Amino acid sequence: MLSWTVYSSFIGAAICALWPQLSPEGTRRAALGTAIVGFIAALGSCLQYDTTAQETVQFISKSPWIPALGIDFHLGADGISLTLVLLTGLAAITGILFSWNIESRSREFFAFFLTLIGGVYGVFISFDLFLLFVFYEIAIIPKYFLIAIWGSTRKEYGAMKLVLYSFIGSALVLVGLLATFVEAGATSFNLLELINHPFPKEFQTWAFPVTFIGFAILAGLWPFHTWAPTGHVAAPTGASMLLAGVVMKLGAYGALRFPMTLFPMGLAEWREELALLAVIGIVYGAGVALVQRDFKYVIGYSSVSHMGFVLLGLMATSEVGLSGAVLQMFSHGILASLLFGVVGRMIYSRTHTRDLTELETMQLAKKLPFAAGCFVIAGFAGMGMPGFSGFVAELQVLIGAWNTFPTLAICAGVGIVIGVCYTLRAMTRAFYAPKQAFVEPNDQALAPISVPEKAGAIILIIATTVIGLYPRLLLDLIVPSLASPMLEPLIKP
Amino acid sequence: MTAIDYSDLLLLLVPEMILVISALAVLTADLLWAKELPAQQRHTVAFSITIAGCLAAVASLMMGISDPSPGVNWLLLGGATNTVKVGLIGLTLGALAISIRSRFTHQIGEFYLITLLSLVGMMLMASANNMLLAFVALELVSLSFYTLVAFHREKREAMEGALKYFLIGGLSAAFTLFGLSFVYGATHALNFNDIAEQLRGASWSPLLIVGLSAIAIGFGFKIAAVPMHLWAPDAYQTAAAPVASLIASASKLASFYLFARLWTLSFAEFAGNLPIGNTQIGWILILAILAIGSLVIGNVAAIVQTSLKRLLAYSAIAHAGYVLLGVMANTPDGIASVIYYLITYGLAITGTFALVLLVENSSGNDQIKSFNSFHRHYPIEAFCLLVFILSLAGIPPLAGFFGKFYLFAAALKSPVASQFMLGLVILAIAMSAVSLYYYLKVLKQVYVVANPSAEKKRRSDRTLRVIAIVMAFGVIALGCFPEVIVGDLLGDLR
Repeated sequence: MLSWTVYSSFIGAAICALWPQLSPEGTRRAALGTAIVGFIAALGSCLQYDTTAQETVQFISKSPWIPALGIDFHLGADGISLTLVLLTGLAAITGILFSWNIESRSREFFAFFLTLIGGVYGVFISFDLFLLFVFYEIAIIPKYFLIAIWGSTRKEYGAMKLVLYSFIGSALVLVGLLATFVEAGATSFNLLELINHPFPKEFQTWAFPVTFIGFAILAGLWPFHTWAPTGHVAAPTGASMLLAGVVMKLGAYGALRFPMTLFPMGLAEWREELALLAVIGIVYGAGVALVQRDFKYVIGYSSVSHMGFVLLGLMATSEVGLSGAVLQMFSHGILASLLFGVVGRMIYSRTHTRDLTELETMQLAKKLPFAAGCFVIAGFAGMGMPGFSGFVAELQVLIGAWNTFPTLAICAGVGIVIGVCYTLRAMTRAFYAPKQAFVEPNDQALAPISVPEKAGAIILIIATTVIGLYPRLLLDLIVPSLASPMLEPLIKP
Repeated sequence: MTAIDYSDLLLLLVPEMILVISALAVLTADLLWAKELPAQQRHTVAFSITIAGCLAAVASLMMGISDPSPGVNWLLLGGATNTVKVGLIGLTLGALAISIRSRFTHQIGEFYLITLLSLVGMMLMASANNMLLAFVALELVSLSFYTLVAFHREKREAMEGALKYFLIGGLSAAFTLFGLSFVYGATHALNFNDIAEQLRGASWSPLLIVGLSAIAIGFGFKIAAVPMHLWAPDAYQTAAAPVASLIASASKLASFYLFARLWTLSFAEFAGNLPIGNTQIGWILILAILAIGSLVIGNVAAIVQTSLKRLLAYSAIAHAGYVLLGVMANTPDGIASVIYYLITYGLAITGTFALVLLVENSSGNDQIKSFNSFHRHYPIEAFCLLVFILSLAGIPPLAGFFGKFYLFAAALKSPVASQFMLGLVILAIAMSAVSLYYYLKVLKQVYVVANPSAEKKRRSDRTLRVIAIVMAFGVIALGCFPEVIVGDLLGDLR
């Protein structure tokens, strides 16, 4: 069942691209149907997952693929994978709902969109590192076309920058992957076998930073984050939802799955430096978000800041820190999708501007109360308001970080405070700006929020609230997997 | 060389003989009967005979009529060589299929004759296990190619390209012969195995250094490696599309297979038996110089090209750099990865040239910007081009990705100079990130840039579409299931 998340996405992409005489409406429905199938497969796997079993990696399906190099087609999932697979399912459905207004070349749009989704699912459930890398690269190219064809604001520049950054990251990963393969005897890419290989410390010390940074570029690690804001801003709404929602998580997940799992000694060497970069990312991202005029840039930089929490949680290398990091991946995936949905689709496609000074004159809270409501919820959840997913996640990350790097944890706390500031600033200026006497009020009428948009937003709001109120739904999946022997060297050095 | 019964020899070379006969048959048919027909029908006649000949040759390879015979050790038959030969035949057929739609000559019979002769030469290169035979085969191929490049007689630039190709080619052939003679002088052997036998336990001598360097220069010319690459951009741009595709695909495969065998069989021990500092170095250093130059100059120069053919020429130079890593691995794995890479590269490049021709026929040039709105006029062809270009860039699940991966893995697994190899692999991976930029520039024209003035309907071309679809299918299928080629190869080579 789990593998069907991947298969269904690629089949859906093929249908969108090849089915003769498909209207835009038909394409959208086909894409949505595909995404729902994928989500059901993801949800079903989560429900079937046995959290008490000794073996944390379940649903294994494995067959030889390229025996000459010991490569298997090897899918499986543990609790961490499943959390992210579930997130991908949600982001796929809502991304398509928010892309309901794509009329030009819609077949290609949804074909690229579903290919990207398929690649993302594949990364999360691959337990053969070669296969993981293949899916990781499959997820790169569709991004270029999604942004360059359907994007806005310097779209070709943003698309090229994003793809080259991703590709350079994956080039680093490829170096590490090949070196790991050869170092371990050149017989297998199976992650579950490689963890038993004792990599010498000298090897780990250089292989860890190469692979980790390769993945972390995609996770928006400062100073390699610059692709993220430009890319997110240039992308069409559905694509920015996916980029911020799940693609950035590919980087964090890959970093956890491959370099951190295989090279704990290398991690110990580089932990402080990387944690410092993560905290700089938190504070810097938040600070830059505070001064943006473009509404979408605010969200773009807030993503860099929030992903900093994920990386900080990973670097804490304690159970609570890691579970916070995984939970933050989920939480930020939901909230970033919602924020980009509100700003990119609900507001920008109606007002054709994202400039906060122009939005100030529009009284959007009155014209688009639903959008304002969504933004308020997502904004407060992102700030870390209790009752939403962001709170549980960031709290755990901070606890984890406090135990390992107290100073950095305090700095990260500063980042949260700045986060409150930029959210409130953007919120008041975009929606609740007081009427200014000397400015001509902009009274153009705006189209009401459509049903797909409402549906998408409500799904995301439900997800963040449910996890915020009852985080155990996910923690029950995540925590046993963290305690597995696979991650043992990481947590107890 | 022991005396050999000519009837035995004939039997060993059945596939080649079939091709020679069909080449003559094409010429006869064209000159005697088809000359009065319109060009399209002349092509149909010639191509049908060629297909029949090629199928017969493939069948004879598959059936093993020309199985290795114990007495003949100067000819390598069966196993991996057969795979290479089938690849050569397929890629040549692809190039000839492109020529059906390419209006560059009226001498159709002669064109097929020379192309098929070059194919015979390439197959002999694949089989040659003897320096003399190798050189004769090499010259057959080179002379055919000089003629083919010059076939585009109406175009003045084609003459320039052909002359450049010929002059540099002649010079490098001299180098090759020079190098081979030095090796003969050092070993008194012509057969690759005998050379290896003679050199067992030997150490480097000045004779060998000069010999191997000179061979490397000749080799570098055939594969268009830096610094012997200057002919490539001109030849690619000015030659007709089918000829350029042949030079880029089949010729590369044959040359690499021949030289990879020569290096890794005859000079296996000399790959890295010279301690310099704390690494062992040997002829891999000579090839490394070629590889580094090709990777850097090929990829960087490709960025600024505006003509797609020139871009492909520079990218071909870069690809030669990647493939050299496989040769330097000096292992069966290395040769297997070279063969896999070049067969799949050949498919992608042949398909690309078919689509370049499509654009040339409709817009009159091969500028990258002539590809704008390509996806609107030719949606299927645009998807095929996407497949080819992404495969060249090395994006999974296309064949180019596994090809690169396998080359790099083979180079790293190699027992020789592991630190040095790691450095080269890192350079190659970094350069492949650079290459993505110019490949995406092409795809940007194909998919993103819309030109409102080019709204008029363009004619589609069924022949070229079929070629593109077949090649794209090959690239995808071999990319998803590389075991089809790799599985048997490794067994054969060990």
